[in-house]
Amino acid sequence: MNRRSFIQSGTAAAGGLVIGFYLPENSKAAAAESTDPKFNAYVRIGNDDTITLTVHRAELGQGSMTAVPMMLAEELECDWSKIRTEFAKVDPVNYGVFGSPVLQGVFGSLTVRSSYDSLRQAGASAREMLIAAAAQKWGVDKSQCRAEKNTVINTASNARLTYGSLADAASKMPAPAKPALKPWQSFKVIGTSPKRLDTKLKVTGKADYGIDIRVPGMQYAVLERCPVFGGKVAGFDASKAKAVPGVKNVVQISNGVAVIADNTWSAMEGRRALKVQWDEGKLANTSSATIRANFADLLTKPGAVALNKGNFDNAIPGAAKKVDALYEAPYLSHAPMEPHSCVVDVRKDSCEIWAGTQIPSAARDSAEMITGLPKDKIDVHTYFLGGSFGRPGQHVDEAIEISKAAGIPIKLTWSREDDMQHDIYRPASLTQFHAGLDGDGWPVAWHARVASPSFSGLQNGVDRNGVDGIASVPYEIPNFRVEYHPPDVGIPVGYWRSVGCSQNTFFAECFIDEMAAAGGKDPVELRRRLLAKTPRALGVLNLAADKAGWGKPLPAGRFRGVAMVNNLGGFNAQIAEVSVDNKGKYRVHRVVCAVDCGQVINPAGVVQQIQGGIVFGLSALKGGITIDKGRVQQGNFHQYEVVRIDEAPAIEVYLVPSHEMPAGIGEASTPAIGPAVANAIFAATKKRIRTLPIRPEQLV
Amino acid sequence: MAIQFNLNGKAQTVDVVPQMPLLWVLRDTLGMTGTKFGCGAGLCGACTVHLNGAAIRSCSTPMSAVAGKSITTIEGLSPDGGHPVQRAWLEGDVPQCGYCQSGQIMQAAALLAKNKRPSDSDIDEVMKGNICRCGTYQDIRRAIHRASELAGGAK
Repeated sequence: MNRRSFIQSGTAAAGGLVIGFYLPENSKAAAAESTDPKFNAYVRIGNDDTITLTVHRAELGQGSMTAVPMMLAEELECDWSKIRTEFAKVDPVNYGVFGSPVLQGVFGSLTVRSSYDSLRQAGASAREMLIAAAAQKWGVDKSQCRAEKNTVINTASNARLTYGSLADAASKMPAPAKPALKPWQSFKVIGTSPKRLDTKLKVTGKADYGIDIRVPGMQYAVLERCPVFGGKVAGFDASKAKAVPGVKNVVQISNGVAVIADNTWSAMEGRRALKVQWDEGKLANTSSATIRANFADLLTKPGAVALNKGNFDNAIPGAAKKVDALYEAPYLSHAPMEPHSCVVDVRKDSCEIWAGTQIPSAARDSAEMITGLPKDKIDVHTYFLGGSFGRPGQHVDEAIEISKAAGIPIKLTWSREDDMQHDIYRPASLTQFHAGLDGDGWPVAWHARVASPSFSGLQNGVDRNGVDGIASVPYEIPNFRVEYHPPDVGIPVGYWRSVGCSQNTFFAECFIDEMAAAGGKDPVELRRRLLAKTPRALGVLNLAADKAGWGKPLPAGRFRGVAMVNNLGGFNAQIAEVSVDNKGKYRVHRVVCAVDCGQVINPAGVVQQIQGGIVFGLSALKGGITIDKGRVQQGNFHQYEVVRIDEAPAIEVYLVPSHEMPAGIGEASTPAIGPAVANAIFAATKKRIRTLPIRPEQLV
Repeated sequence: MAIQFNLNGKAQTVDVVPQMPLLWVLRDTLGMTGTKFGCGAGLCGACTVHLNGAAIRSCSTPMSAVAGKSITTIEGLSPDGGHPVQRAWLEGDVPQCGYCQSGQIMQAAALLAKNKRPSDSDIDEVMKGNICRCGTYQDIRRAIHRASELAGGAK
């Protein structure tokens, strides 16, 4: 049975639960694998010596499919070249983030840092069980046995037993409560850069994403949603849509009208012929201008206090010099390359979901709510995601509704325009800064007032994600006050790669540069002084400055800018080399990034994520989502520009050797590149970028 | 209506309306999902395939323009991932999410078929139609140079 047909008939074959993804070269008899002796939620070992490791976090490019097995394999002492992997089923009790019994997913760059101990323990526990089984077989003490490359070795006799031959007995051994973990000096897998396990699939077109799944009897749906956020269907006429060849059905769901056809294109054509009347609701007159006016009005009033160190009000009158600036960032779309798509089959007594989604447990919870079926009758099969960058799984909820209404398996596919105009956006922000410098030009007082919509809950009036990147700067400034306003303007907002830091680090690091310029200080020198008590932050700054040749001459027309961030438990500093032509077009030639992310699991994977995060951050300087009459004005990549290869700089990444706890890396480098570039543009033009996106007219 | 063309070296007939884009015929009618939908408007390159050896955007190519022609998709580029571009991509572990990479590889293969030893600016000029949101551009550039070597285009 090949992999694809296995997936198609998966429910029957695997009891509807353990479906995963199998490396194709090891895919034979994949369906039988679920009977392999199971050691714990992460490790199964077949009598034929196959080792199957569970990947409990979706793969959206960030490398979970390689890093997760590396942590398991390290302690399991297995032969890396012989493992196979599968994505976990939904089981938050075993796979929840930080032990959450309800939430299983990828967010907060947590895959490695939240699982570093638990995965190594799962590997070590299985190893100890194998050793115990071998010791019993040989009638020797466990201390006389050690594990290496899929075998247990009797150190006295040099006898060997393979893991496969021990699997049955070992899996019945009691699991040790706290197996000993190796010291880092003994690592054989962690800290190396094996090839990614998903590359072969991805260069041959064989990797299956949510959009690629096909199940028997499935039809294809697209959904017409109200162009105005919060609007509802008032009525619709499906007669012309139904006349389009290939269209099979038209059904209304809670947020729109779905056209169902025998292929995606016919569904799209049917949708073009569909007439829907909308009740546009409260946002019909909302525009970017009204939103900005709302934010600006809030900035005239004190906000909830997010941080208050020293006493800004007392310190500022005595300052020798004052610096003020107003910064602004737009809403941003995630725009992953894969538009949302998934397959759902809602049946009378069960529901099955095939999807790429960052939070599979949320997909199951949605299905439970929408269908009324109990959790154990709902299966979620996880597939690759074509990017994501923080996008929630709205498509899954919609597809559940459509399948339920239509009574057949449905593949729902969003168009690019759907994706850009019905996203849950990185919030816009307007932030006012004031600072005071002493007579020597060093900062003594800093005040920030942020107006940016909240999406992750308020505590004492503050959404931490709204101020992260400002309130969290690593700099020691004696009087520092951060205030926050959560404007309620109705545009859906949420997580976006690097979250609050994506705009706030831009603001804070550009404003620090303004302080340096006002005080006549070198931007690196100023930061060094403010970081004296934070050695890891100082370490990345110094490493970046050294590798970039900060202070050394550059080719004519090139200028440097620096910025840094402490996020996700780690630190990185970036130095960008930029030129600006006489038409105001800037070009980033070279980026040096120094990273301290604690213990590195997979150095090549970290470098990829740092490079990719920098390109993502560069795109955030170019694009912006604007609103008119409650509608998003951008629909596709000609209106929402992202960095292409001709604008991609050479990026050098330097990792600080460390054995501290691993930090998150998927989102780490996105925040600091923007301000590094803007600060280099200032060095080139003496013009400050305070409003994003950057437009050429700002620079001439 | 029945439309005949050559797909990955084999004769293929499909019964679809002539305006239907090749992308959806590949993905939905024929179940060949290696070619990806990204923008539907020829703006991102995720759907790139070869028509008579030249890179085209299958999302914007109606079947009427495919009739009688030869189409190569990622599934047909090589029997087992052995095309020099695929080998270079493997060697350099280029993909992250991987979604754009079928299109990137098909575009790069078409580039190298015409220009055996492209410069960085040749690469940028041809590859800038293919968006990668994961930002693998630096690795793509390196892998194209490597593919050129593997194909014997060096020196």
